[in-house]
Amino acid sequence: MIDTLRLTAEEGLALIEGGQLSSAELHAAYIAAAGERDEELHAYLRLCEATESGGVPIALKDVISTKGVETTAGSKILAGYVPVFDSTVAARCKAAGMPIIGKTNTDEFAMGSSTENSAYGPSHNPWDPTRVPGGSGGGTAAAVSGGLAPWGLGSDTGGSIKQPSALCGNVGLRPTYGTVSRFGIVAFASSLDQIGPVAKTVRDVALLYAIIAGRDANDSTTVELPGAVELPTTESLSDVRIGIPKQVWDLAGIEPGVRASFEAAIETARSLGAEIGECDLPLSFDYGMACYYLIAPAEASSNLARYDGVRYGPRVDAPTYREMVEQTRDAGFGDEPKRRIMLGTYALSAGYYDAYYGQAQRVRTLLIREHRAALEQFDLIATPTSPTVAFPIGDRAADPLAMYACDVMTIPSCLAGLPGLNIPSGLSEGLPVGLQLIGSQFGENALFRAGHALERAIGFDTVPERLR
Amino acid sequence: MAIDRETVLHVARLARLDLTEIEADRLTLELGAILEAVSKVAELDLADVPPTSHPLDLVNVWADDDPRPSLSLDEALANAPAREGDLFRVPPSHGPEVSA
Repeated sequence: MIDTLRLTAEEGLALIEGGQLSSAELHAAYIAAAGERDEELHAYLRLCEATESGGVPIALKDVISTKGVETTAGSKILAGYVPVFDSTVAARCKAAGMPIIGKTNTDEFAMGSSTENSAYGPSHNPWDPTRVPGGSGGGTAAAVSGGLAPWGLGSDTGGSIKQPSALCGNVGLRPTYGTVSRFGIVAFASSLDQIGPVAKTVRDVALLYAIIAGRDANDSTTVELPGAVELPTTESLSDVRIGIPKQVWDLAGIEPGVRASFEAAIETARSLGAEIGECDLPLSFDYGMACYYLIAPAEASSNLARYDGVRYGPRVDAPTYREMVEQTRDAGFGDEPKRRIMLGTYALSAGYYDAYYGQAQRVRTLLIREHRAALEQFDLIATPTSPTVAFPIGDRAADPLAMYACDVMTIPSCLAGLPGLNIPSGLSEGLPVGLQLIGSQFGENALFRAGHALERAIGFDTVPERLR
Repeated sequence: MAIDRETVLHVARLARLDLTEIEADRLTLELGAILEAVSKVAELDLADVPPTSHPLDLVNVWADDDPRPSLSLDEALANAPAREGDLFRVPPSHGPEVSA
């Protein structure tokens, strides 16, 4: 009997390589777990048959193109779309023998922080199904936390890997911009989108990152990794300097339980030998959200122009080409993509471009400089990942700005192109709290070492209490 | 920073969205609130700061112009809502019966 709630990918791989278990058997165990719990969690939009063998099965967010398997990005405008090619990350997983368990739910076009924007209904948090799993990658996070997948891939534009990992008690990595191919990924905001791993342990995340990272001739924004990915083993943080932005302490909206868990994690880091200090990111905290909500929608409005009812997706028939396109788009996109397309189109339109998009691009330069200065003083920056624990489904759905505020601490480092790791730091009111560690460009190995040491010392049980 | 309904309809036309009346009303309110929040970027004097369009310093690279296999016509057309022969079929975009 395989305990899918507890088995790590690394343990699964050892069983497969030791001949005790086949990939297909492991895949079947996760499909069975989905049969048991996914009616409640709705982590998956569809399940897949095992076609690969030798590797540990994986869940893929539904923005990741899979040849022959419907890929919708959580949108009705891609209903029925069956890719005729694999994304590079799916191809790399398959080349490593990893069978796909299923395609996971996401906010439509990865736009959201709760999965409530999915055209196919929200996913539910395995710790408390009346609450959101975070978003946009809530499906992958719920699958990993709920024992429906040992690991999975998400996409992160402003926090869509880190924030759901925090709310579901997983480890999640948003890699350095440019390290993982986006070929075959449904694009949202191309100067920000990154693909990254979600799992139960830092070592699993590092293992999966090693499989997907590296230059891809099909994505000209990718680069070779400067060094090999190292599986972390250290349990010490001596010689590690961690900076805490002083703005964290004044940030409105951080729940007391989140703050307490963050403070405890910092004390743990100190006890492991880390040098803790204060850094200063004033513009990131004051202007990061405004900057992001101009740049990301502007890029989205351009990327989503391709959904025109001509080459794929459903079409609304109309007498002229223009009416067909306009009616197809109005019928196919949900409220959040429409809001962002409208906002982005406005920010890029004649007369407003300089004041909005141009100004946001300049703010972005300052955020990059500010992070660079902080990371000259410190090896890592630490903040809570999310200001709150998982909130009840429906709580923020009617207020776009309240939803956008979920990502206040994950967004700035995304704009700076830096890697970020979420690890669980504890519980507040019975729900997981996440610690965000930000590293230097290509500093994944340092994140893995620190994350692993902290993870071991904190000893968080990733299995939701009600499922133990 | 408020946005009026007329501007919303103009932007919708640019974005090729045939908004319903209700959507146009709601977006006028919502975009007004969001624009007010993001207009914060205007507070900063950034005349001397260069814009960033991309977080990596990339230089152009050239690829050899070697033919490689690509999608077949049938694959490329496999998801088309309407096909005619080797082409995507769409409604007319101009002609006597089509108004601009």
